[in-house]
Amino acid sequence: MTLIDLANPTRFLSLTARLLPWLAGLTALLLLIGLYQSAVAPDDYQQGATVKIMFIHVPNAWLSMWVWGVMSLAALGTLVWRHPLADVAAKAAAPLGAAFTFLALVTGSLWGRPMWGTYWEWDARLTSVLILFLMYLGLIALWRAVEDPSRAARAAAVLTLVGAINLPIIKFSVDWWNTLHQPASVLRMGGPTLDRAFLIPLLVMALAFTLLFLTLHLAAMRNEILRRRVRSLQMMQAARRAA
Amino acid sequence: MSALAELMKRDIRIALRVGGGALIGVLFFLTVVVLMPFALGPDLALLARLGPAILWLGALLASLLTLDRLFLADHEDGSLDLIAMSRTPLELACAAKALAHWLAAGLPLIIATPVLGLLLNLDAPSTLAVALTLLAGTPALTFTGMIGAALAVTLHRGGLLLAVLVLPLSIPVLIFGVAASQAAISGPSSFGAPLTILCALSLVSFVIGPFAAAASLRHGLD
Repeated sequence: MTLIDLANPTRFLSLTARLLPWLAGLTALLLLIGLYQSAVAPDDYQQGATVKIMFIHVPNAWLSMWVWGVMSLAALGTLVWRHPLADVAAKAAAPLGAAFTFLALVTGSLWGRPMWGTYWEWDARLTSVLILFLMYLGLIALWRAVEDPSRAARAAAVLTLVGAINLPIIKFSVDWWNTLHQPASVLRMGGPTLDRAFLIPLLVMALAFTLLFLTLHLAAMRNEILRRRVRSLQMMQAARRAA
Repeated sequence: MSALAELMKRDIRIALRVGGGALIGVLFFLTVVVLMPFALGPDLALLARLGPAILWLGALLASLLTLDRLFLADHEDGSLDLIAMSRTPLELACAAKALAHWLAAGLPLIIATPVLGLLLNLDAPSTLAVALTLLAGTPALTFTGMIGAALAVTLHRGGLLLAVLVLPLSIPVLIFGVAASQAAISGPSSFGAPLTILCALSLVSFVIGPFAAAASLRHGLD
């Protein structure tokens, strides 16, 4: 079975029907391992036990940006290669990305209260992530505004690619501006500065969250394909009734 | 080349007509600026401190308001299809329309700024600084707004969605515009740096905006 066969929606449905239970099981397993490792990780000398919010906050934040990256690839698939499932992938990913961004903002805010003394601060990192959240919401609104899904796909693809400019801004915001949010400690030149006792649980949680996104994304894509089939059937029935 | 000039002249002429949208933007700008002292209280010192921000917010909202006129009228009477089918590239046609829109709707905002600065108790050099930053920044607002206008042109009730889509892209322009104005008025920080970034944002949007808008129009019109 070649890669092009995956473009067939029916093949995709049957493949994911077999794949999803395993993916879900693996995700649950990794989440359990990651949560256990986070629980037994040592307390930070300065932050105490509240450092453990990091194990949830950082994977959510990473995923909020990676999901926009996945949507940008899907947008390219729609506009350039006209891949049949690219717009399904993009539409299914948008609410998931918005949820991850929202969770990153909320967990970060809860972490900020004990750490910085404030729930919110208008510094570069927080502001740019808030703008990312607004762009996710605008994208979801655009998807729902056009009746025909394939026409909505092209408009949404353009907006996704235009909005991708925000990703490097978020990533480098802590370097370019004087921010309250701490600078990059993992994905930076010179390697991570995080101690292994914290780095390992963090990476396990990041992997678990990525698999969570993959599982939810494939499930959402299946739902979207089925939704479009229902819509086509309804339109065919309406045409038959009118004839 | 003359086709583009004709397109620009046509758009400017339509915009300057009654109900065309050029003066509506200025009127809305005036409304926003006049409403602020009612909301904030008549404290002149406070108004002077907030003056650049109020002027920039008013200009941003006024340009958002007039943006959907960019393509809507032409879409409704079919001229947009004719423009899309003509020999001039759609990107250049979009750029010409946006430039005409800025000349007809953005420039009046800038010209109105000194008068409105009086209402906000801004002195002449401050008002001039704000007007200069508006001159550098409003093209960026128009050209990035054009992307949203092109996305929303095929929607019948797309006006509010247009604002939601365009707003995140306009925030950097607002940030640097107000930073430059504040630096010119009171700051130790430099005026030149944010102003240069503002010009850079305008130039970048001048290039990217027409391409994104043309792509949206092509996909939305077929």
